[in-house]
Amino acid sequence: MNLLLRSIDELQLDLDDLLFVSGIGCAAWIPSPHFNADTLHTLHGRAIAFATGAKLFNPRLLTIVVSGDGDLAAIGGNHLIHAARRNLDLKVICANNRIYGMTGGQAAATSPRGTISATTPDGCPDDPFDLCRLVLGAGAGYAARYAVTQPRELQAAIGKTLRMSGFTFIEVLSPCPTQYGRRQGLETAPELLAELREKCLPLEQWRRLPPAARRERIATGEFTREPA
Amino acid sequence: MSVTETTVSSPLPPGKYYFSGNEALAEGAIAAGCNYYAGYPITPSSEIMERLAARFAGLEGRVFIQMEDELASICSVIGAVWAGAKGMTATSGPGFSLMQEAIGYAALTETPLVLADIQRAGPGTGQATKVASGDLMQAKWGSHGDYQPIALCPWSVQEMYELTITAFNLAETYRVPVFLLGEEAVGHLQERLDIPAANRVARRHYQPGAPPFGHPDPAGVPSMPAFGQGEKLLVTGSTHDEYGFRRTDDPAAHARLVARLNDKILQHRDRIVSTRSYRLEDAEIAIVAYGFTARSAWLAVDELRRAGKKAGLLRLRTIWPFAAAEIAALGSSVRQIFVPVPPADRRPDHLPGNHHPGGTGAVAWPATWKNTCARAPTAPRSVPAAATAS
Ligand SMILES: Cc1ncc(C[n+]2csc(CCOP(=O)(O)OP(=O)(O)O)c2C)c(N)n1
Repeated sequence: MNLLLRSIDELQLDLDDLLFVSGIGCAAWIPSPHFNADTLHTLHGRAIAFATGAKLFNPRLLTIVVSGDGDLAAIGGNHLIHAARRNLDLKVICANNRIYGMTGGQAAATSPRGTISATTPDGCPDDPFDLCRLVLGAGAGYAARYAVTQPRELQAAIGKTLRMSGFTFIEVLSPCPTQYGRRQGLETAPELLAELREKCLPLEQWRRLPPAARRERIATGEFTREPA
Repeated sequence: MSVTETTVSSPLPPGKYYFSGNEALAEGAIAAGCNYYAGYPITPSSEIMERLAARFAGLEGRVFIQMEDELASICSVIGAVWAGAKGMTATSGPGFSLMQEAIGYAALTETPLVLADIQRAGPGTGQATKVASGDLMQAKWGSHGDYQPIALCPWSVQEMYELTITAFNLAETYRVPVFLLGEEAVGHLQERLDIPAANRVARRHYQPGAPPFGHPDPAGVPSMPAFGQGEKLLVTGSTHDEYGFRRTDDPAAHARLVARLNDKILQHRDRIVSTRSYRLEDAEIAIVAYGFTARSAWLAVDELRRAGKKAGLLRLRTIWPFAAAEIAALGSSVRQIFVPVPPADRRPDHLPGNHHPGGTGAVAWPATWKNTCARAPTAPRSVPAAATAS
């Protein structure tokens, strides 16, 4: 939230032309009602669809979608890939806490295999989405992933996408100690942050890992459309 | 209501046209100033989006998009309306079902929009090309919670044009989603359409700085701003106060908001409800009908008159809010009231007409009605002017 505001401030963007669109979830409360700009707090999963209408009708609006992973990628996954395919000029920022936070910690489409959650007591049986590669595959012009433990990189990426046109996607790995951490034996926010710091690896280094080791780590950085 | 109407000249040259109902609806939307359309193909409504795609391309400042599904279609319309558009979408039963959550969102956020539901026979996928009006109840109660939609039932190609303009005007006046409930038959019917030189079109009421979600009148309609005007709008589908701040724990705030959402329609029902009478002056038997079925009913009235029976027709052009007072009045002047429904629909034992407060008129379901309705295709291809007049 802070980083996004700092980027907007640095670019001296006119707040009158800014529109923040969010879905339903903890992450969806980041812009609304906190930001001093137009905000549209929508339905669960539909933020991108609402944003599509606003942006198409008034292209002057710098339209930024901020929401959770469940919201954007599970219930709203269809809108995400179609907006990417259209390369619509939307700036999507996805706060990925790897869980359904607001509803009490159920497994998400982004929960790593083995995640203990309220609906997967024996561990999540499936692999998660790789959101950056999903949107790139669908046609997005830009996709990047950083953890909140990488504020400088994250802010640079946000600043960059605000100056770009076309569909951009930034995945922000964020801690949810209450719903995610607690169940994985990471009780506190510092523990979760330490886990993120330890797991996250720049893309180039991650690529050099043997395939089996890759699964244990999280690739961060700017993704390109070439196969990883 | 603070909405003003202005006379807007018709984008199509005035004159006589030969159009399908769906094409006429699309032209009505253009005439009403619709400048955003989002939709997803579905029979029997697709001609609306096809015509708008072609027509918008030749007009300034109109946006057309085919979305990935009906959820996206209506949500993008709501987004566009908040960006200043006059927006609409069109669909049929299965798509109408998908749109229900967003309809409730539009009701709560007081988003004016028009939704044409060209009905098919349901439930389920049902019969895509058969006449039915089975979405009537869904139009009223489809989304959860307490709200009052407006729904119009055109019976002719002319009304597909005219009531679409009315639908946009009502949407602007009351800041509500307005439904056009056509049936397959009126969507695909081809008949004469008279395009006038100009139409009365409601202008959106916007007062800078006024609260966008509250009104001093508990049945009032707030000013409708748009993104990008510097209002720093807070639009949310959660319970909110007059400036859009979420009030999800305050029962009084919820009661106040929901009461106004309902009262702004119910207390203005006399201005919204529209009916047409045919040969009712001395009638002893009345038929109450709406939409395409009213064409058969109109024919039946003439047949009954020829047979010496004093029959008349009350045609509902608005189905929601319901014309309860008008039907109650009818109940005290006629001996019997018949309510025909298309054969594909359920018997009308659950229709609100059976529970109207008048109580004196008998609502009956004569066994012969099924046959009469089945003869709908033999109804005249154009409705005489006398039948359209009040
Ligand atoms: C149609 C619908 N289904 C379910 C819900 C309940 N719901 C609210 S938030 C949420 C999950 C949010 O998860 P995510 O988007 O990951 O955000 P987080 O709370 O984790 O930040 C769900 C399932 C809803 N509001 N609407």
